[in-house]
Amino acid sequence: MTSELTEAPPPSLTQIFLAFSKVGLTSFGGGLSGWMMREFVHNRRWLTEGEFLDGLSLCQALPGVNVVNLSIWIGYRLQGGAGALAGALGMVVPALILAVAVVALAGEAVRGEAAHWMLAGVAAAALGLSIQMGLRAAWRVAKRGVAPTAIFAATFLALFALRLPLIWVVVVMAPVGIAHAAWAMSRKGD
Amino acid sequence: MEHPFWRILLVFLPLSFLTVGGGQSIVSDIHRQAVDVQGWMSDARFLELFAISRLTPGPGALLSPMVAFDAMGVWGALVAAFAIFTPSSILVWGLAGLWRRTRGAAWQKAVERGLAPVAAGMILAAGATLLSVAEGGWLAWAVAAISTLLLMTTRASPFVLLPAGALVFWMVFG
Repeated sequence: MTSELTEAPPPSLTQIFLAFSKVGLTSFGGGLSGWMMREFVHNRRWLTEGEFLDGLSLCQALPGVNVVNLSIWIGYRLQGGAGALAGALGMVVPALILAVAVVALAGEAVRGEAAHWMLAGVAAAALGLSIQMGLRAAWRVAKRGVAPTAIFAATFLALFALRLPLIWVVVVMAPVGIAHAAWAMSRKGD
Repeated sequence: MEHPFWRILLVFLPLSFLTVGGGQSIVSDIHRQAVDVQGWMSDARFLELFAISRLTPGPGALLSPMVAFDAMGVWGALVAAFAIFTPSSILVWGLAGLWRRTRGAAWQKAVERGLAPVAAGMILAAGATLLSVAEGGWLAWAVAAISTLLLMTTRASPFVLLPAGALVFWMVFG
């Protein structure tokens, strides 16, 4: 299979649940949405990079846990309401069981010098997942023109350089971005 | 007469809507509630649970059911998971339905296109912020850069990259 998405039948509810469980249980080191993009866009080809990034944009602007929002969004696209439920439960339930089991069984074992550094190494490598996704998203934005690129840069600087609270940046920048997109579309007449 | 599970609901339900972006935005509030307000645990125990939540896979917001499990057992964990995930999920569910029914509408395209630059800025800022505070200094930058490059240009599996990162750090610092 190459890149034709529309030809493949949509995955079943069981497949959706298992695929989200896999991501939920294997996403060490954070950057979960990066793992999701890798699994659903690049490996399974259930949706395109554009569809994924559109969904991610919305899910980031909405309240709630990002990756759970995104699981619902992707599950809904694949199989409607039942798909959304399968996706969200797959993402949360197995990982929840594991988390509770670890709290119940482990304790001090996670401390210790070597374990600490190995964990830091995992975290550094896992940052690559977030950064590659951010670069792909930024590249798509840059191709659209100067204004979207400026909105991207302003958002980045407000959060990274000025360390402004995320919620205020979203409340200000999201309407600016949408207003510009609507204006640009009306000018082109589409 | 008040059932302790009500406490858990009251603590975590509002946080469901306060989580914007990653789960990190609510960690300080969970801490305040668990340690200062409710007196469920000590600072040290909270930090331990936080460390475990970073170690285990899955959404970072699982810290909430972990804290509730520590305070009130399995049922506490289930109540907390319900409280933190369900309200915002119903909101997204409703929006996903609306999105499908009105597919192709001009306002929908404007929202998708308009949010894309903001989302790109958020993703890159999150990566850059974490990198700037990552433990390991130059080595963290090098490992993250190589990992980014491999992920963008090859089909390298994260399951190879993450243990490789651990190995490199262990060889240098361990």
